[in-house]
Amino acid sequence: MRLRFILGEVFNGLRRNSTMALSVVLVTFVSLTFVGAAALIQIQLGDLKDDWYGKVEVSIFLCPENSRYTQCATGPVTTAQEDQIRDVLGTGAVGDLVDKTYYEDKQEAYNNFVKHDQQGISSLLTPDQMQPSFRVKLKDPEHYQVVADATAGLPGVEVVRDQRELFSPLFRFLNAATIVAAALAAVMLLAAMLLITTTIRLSALSRRRETNIMRMVGSSRLLIQMPFMLEGAVAATLGAALSVGGLYLGVRYLVGDWLKASVTWVAYVGAADVWTVAPWLLIVAVGLAAVASIVTLGKYTRA
Amino acid sequence: MIRFDNVSKVYARGAKPALDDVSVEVERGDFVFLVGSSGSGKSTFLKLVLREERSTTGEVYVAGRHLNRLSSWRVPHLRREIGAVFQDFRLLPNKTVYQNVAFALQVIGKNRQHINSTVPEMLDLVGLAGKEKRLPHELSGGEQQRVAIARAFVNHPPILLCDEPTGNLDPGTSVGIMRLLDRINRTGTTVLMATHDDEIVDQMRKRVIELRGGRVVRDQDRGVYGLERV
Repeated sequence: MRLRFILGEVFNGLRRNSTMALSVVLVTFVSLTFVGAAALIQIQLGDLKDDWYGKVEVSIFLCPENSRYTQCATGPVTTAQEDQIRDVLGTGAVGDLVDKTYYEDKQEAYNNFVKHDQQGISSLLTPDQMQPSFRVKLKDPEHYQVVADATAGLPGVEVVRDQRELFSPLFRFLNAATIVAAALAAVMLLAAMLLITTTIRLSALSRRRETNIMRMVGSSRLLIQMPFMLEGAVAATLGAALSVGGLYLGVRYLVGDWLKASVTWVAYVGAADVWTVAPWLLIVAVGLAAVASIVTLGKYTRA
Repeated sequence: MIRFDNVSKVYARGAKPALDDVSVEVERGDFVFLVGSSGSGKSTFLKLVLREERSTTGEVYVAGRHLNRLSSWRVPHLRREIGAVFQDFRLLPNKTVYQNVAFALQVIGKNRQHINSTVPEMLDLVGLAGKEKRLPHELSGGEQQRVAIARAFVNHPPILLCDEPTGNLDPGTSVGIMRLLDRINRTGTTVLMATHDDEIVDQMRKRVIELRGGRVVRDQDRGVYGLERV
């Protein structure tokens, strides 16, 4: 009986107050879409890091002939120098950080260059002009600096490069995008909460006669307040559901169809990631409504 | 059933007390008129019984509960033992007679079976059988007050508080309402009725408590409205 009563009151409240309820739905929808977008960007960022850091290596470029670096003034790298570098990478503290070391000689460097060359520059080059290098795969890419410090000064080493540097502008951009989305989300969430507060207040005022009678005949405060709380929660949850739908469509068509077709070398977030974010969005929506209820109801439906 | 021990109520600091050192005891099954001019403290008295307000000093006991020590979450249980009827009826305009009475049971969690059997009985008791489907605006004032009484009494509370129940009704209709309240009183229900209606008080010859400036100036069994008439 009580459940039927509460549900009936919730339905009536939403119907009577339909424009307000609709605005709550829409504002929650937009704000949670921003929250979800920020979360998805972070997931994308995490995926990219996992993916690319798994592939990137520290490259130790060895002195070629006619290097313009002073540390290569003594001429191209010698076999003895190469052995010394290999020794440093394979033993001690540095050796513990290294997962795999791969030596790329001039011929291989040339072959790789030819493979990726689309402009025909390779026809101007010979393998001898290429530069040998060690490709070092670290157990944890974050420890790049230790390896760089240990190898940079060794004779025969021209320069040490961390390939992660190549990606850092992209990561910085994605992080900035996350902050923008999160800031917008925060403003919109505040707006949503104020709107829910107003909606509950109006609803409580318009039903004062009922709540006064309920108070008088001794119904519990929870029963008096529950319909109002649920009204806010239902509207906010609808908003959350819409935002999940919006994010799903965005990921499916914008990322899945459009972005994937134009930039092919990246693994993108997918529907599965939207489902990971979805429960959190629902929790945020319900939490929002709960806070708004607590702020409002004590005042408007006193015992 | 209701006991006030040296109860005072001051609304604003420094203001004249609305009730001033009132000590009164109402026994189970009593019918008591609370009389006095506007501002004499009648409404405050009723509000203290309903625990809408708390006494500033003194002890209030209602239905075996010490209201000064009653925690707010227990107040609903107190109110289930008190029916309340008002001058302005306070019916829900969009609900039928039946629904208005059933509402009082729904919101304290009674099941449908109980409601279906109790509400018609109650409407029969107040003389509204056959008008279940009317809306409040389709009823006369007296009939609306009967709905309000049915709603207040449907849960069979041991106490019925009436705040000027005949204030909006013509004398003929008022007599009908008083007969109904008398009938309810004879089931063992304590009735406490605040009123201005001297004719009714004089006719009924019940206990009269008169308030003036927040003090009890008269407490008389089988009394009349004004002292000067005795």
